Amino acid sequence: MSFVKMTVSSAALLAATAGFAAAQGRDNVQVAGSSTVLPYASIVAEAFGENFDFPTPVVESGGSSAGLARFCEGVGENTIDIANASRPIREGEIETCAANGVSEIIEVRVGYDGIVFASDIDGESFAFTPADWYEALAAEIPQDGALVENPNTSWAEVNADLPDQEILAFIPGTKHGTREVFEEKVLLAGCEESGAYEQILEINGGDEDAAEAACIETRTDGVSVDIDGDYTETLARIEANPQGLGVFGLSFYENNTDSLQVATMNGVEPTVETIASGDYPVSRPLYFYVKKAHLGVIPGLQEFVEFFVADEIAGPDGPLSDYGLVSDPELAATQETVANGTTMGAM
Amino acid sequence: MTDISNDTPARGGSLLVTDARTKRRNRAETRFKAYGIAALAVGMAFLVALLWAILSNGLTAFSQTYVQLDVPLLEEKLDKDGDRDPDKIAKVSTFGYKPLIEAALTDLVAREGIETELDGKALTKILSDSAAAKIRDRVLADPSLIGQTVSFDLLASSRVDGYLKGRVSRESLARDKNLDAAHLDLVDTLREAGAVEKRFNLAFITGADASDSRPEQAGIGVAMLGSFFMMLVVLILSLPIGVAASIYLEEFAPQNRLTDLIEVNISNLAAVPSIVFGILGLAVFIQFMHLPQSAPLVGGLVLTLMTLPTIIISTRAALKSVPPSIRDAALGVGASRMQAVTHHVLPLAMPGILTGTILGLAQALGETAPLLLIGMVGYIATNYPDGVAEGFLAPNSAMPAQIYEWAKRADPAFYERAWGGIIVLLAFLLAMNLIAVLLRRRFERRW
Repeated sequence: MSFVKMTVSSAALLAATAGFAAAQGRDNVQVAGSSTVLPYASIVAEAFGENFDFPTPVVESGGSSAGLARFCEGVGENTIDIANASRPIREGEIETCAANGVSEIIEVRVGYDGIVFASDIDGESFAFTPADWYEALAAEIPQDGALVENPNTSWAEVNADLPDQEILAFIPGTKHGTREVFEEKVLLAGCEESGAYEQILEINGGDEDAAEAACIETRTDGVSVDIDGDYTETLARIEANPQGLGVFGLSFYENNTDSLQVATMNGVEPTVETIASGDYPVSRPLYFYVKKAHLGVIPGLQEFVEFFVADEIAGPDGPLSDYGLVSDPELAATQETVANGTTMGAM
Repeated sequence: MTDISNDTPARGGSLLVTDARTKRRNRAETRFKAYGIAALAVGMAFLVALLWAILSNGLTAFSQTYVQLDVPLLEEKLDKDGDRDPDKIAKVSTFGYKPLIEAALTDLVAREGIETELDGKALTKILSDSAAAKIRDRVLADPSLIGQTVSFDLLASSRVDGYLKGRVSRESLARDKNLDAAHLDLVDTLREAGAVEKRFNLAFITGADASDSRPEQAGIGVAMLGSFFMMLVVLILSLPIGVAASIYLEEFAPQNRLTDLIEVNISNLAAVPSIVFGILGLAVFIQFMHLPQSAPLVGGLVLTLMTLPTIIISTRAALKSVPPSIRDAALGVGASRMQAVTHHVLPLAMPGILTGTILGLAQALGETAPLLLIGMVGYIATNYPDGVAEGFLAPNSAMPAQIYEWAKRADPAFYERAWGGIIVLLAFLLAMNLIAVLLRRRFERRW
């Protein structure tokens, strides 16, 4: 009975769908990449949709590397227009891009993101230096001319000024872009600051690469916990272990001030202002990359990119800054780059 | 015959007095029943705790705080030339509307006689960022409003909303740069004056997702459409394929090693974790066939793979339950085997087949794991699909993926929405299961 009819009609519907798929022309801007940039990009996309007649751009996350990989797949309507990244594009990625025909890339720096250290609101307050973090989390630290397993168990052992509280840190896992910044600006900086770097060089006979690797290697005895999920997971861990310290993005902390208290670094409290001025040491630039070949082809792309870096959006009083992005002091130069469509090689 | 006790000399003691062994057996039985009741009680306790958690956390998502504001739509700001040219009016962006809102709020505060140290810009923090867009849309739709003072119902910001719902307290705002206690004093006064009130929030059910800075505006409507199109794909594909496969296996296929192997494999497929189908979908549909990422069509295809074994198994059970005498009778009066199946067996098995299909769909509706892999998360579903083709092909989210997405976001106001989304999803599942039960009760025949 209806079974035959059903089969026929479903086959017809499928064929129709496939037909539509082939005839699709794209009228929206497509963006993918870093999950750190995603909230900012989606705030801009939303405001763009409200203010222009173009449809709201589609913003996806997936990570900086995944986004840039999709970006470099080639030129055309079925590839994305913009890749968000929480780190600069790498040489290898530029080469892959060029090999696939994406030779003209516009690099746009949207601002800076602060990385903050926060603990449970009812617990002790902390004032760190990068050296404290290195000495608390390094797998092995130099002692009397030899590398020994890290013996520190409490923050007071690391630095007498810190509270006598067990060391327990929730740091971003290795797949996060934040981890790279944490290693470079906190662990490595702390390693050099405390003089451990010199000592390691003496011990291993001057091998700088090995010394750097030793500086950023974290201990594996359960004191340093890698969080592969997002900041929500880090927050949940701190709520379960009030002794713990977590690494967060500034915007996440600012949205959760009722459960977290922030630690100072080198005596500076992280705020939009101290990060912009460079007083707070742990921050990183955020970027997005645009395919020049798509400008003028994909409707609204040029307008979206210009809107993203406009003063009223990315400026110090704009909605991005309200959400926790640290505005770029050189925004005017970026606006010029975008207006002229200056590509990376031409700079 | 009259004296029973004489007939049972072997049994020591009276019938009316239970002996030790019987007592022991009775006690064992009582204990056994108690275990069962305890197990049931634990299960019920979990269920109640779960429902209580969901309802207490999620019901607040269905109401939202609104601020009633009279906004003077000044001509010199919105239409400098005064010629009401729609193109020129459209040039004024939402940022151009901010001063109007600031003025309106300052005016409202002055009119209510409230003393506050907050200036115009600080006052706007009690409103959602969407306020300017809402006023602009209204002006664009009706330029004749320019020059008048128009009353708007604007969304309050998520923290003000949280304050009215008890999520945000004065203490918790101590270090919050978005709002401070002065705002809350203002909100309290405005609330007594009737300008701030909490209302049922239809936009949560029908609306689109919003960016991270506006949790108050986020809704599950677009994700619901995404789920709808996915379920359509699942239904269109898995029902005919599943029914055809089961009819062949049940009615026509010879019993041999090959069909045995197929049967075993179908049963095994039903037990495969859904994430496996997600990886398969990623590899086959997206990386090999280049279908668009995050599209409900791909989600539907993946869920079809997952649902097929369930539908085949339940359809075969339904076909098996039709007694052979019906087939024999049909064949006996000269019907072909196909006629016997399509005229007699299939109609009788239909209620069972539909029940199985609906339960399979309900399972697919709540499935998240495979959707994670084909990119239906990490994506902000702000656009309603533009027509049917778009509905299948444009990137979209699905209800469970949307819930997952909200639970991840930084602002705690999204957390409430995640629980609210769970209530909506559960309502759908409950409705589908209810339909399945009704179908079975109403139409299923037993022999």
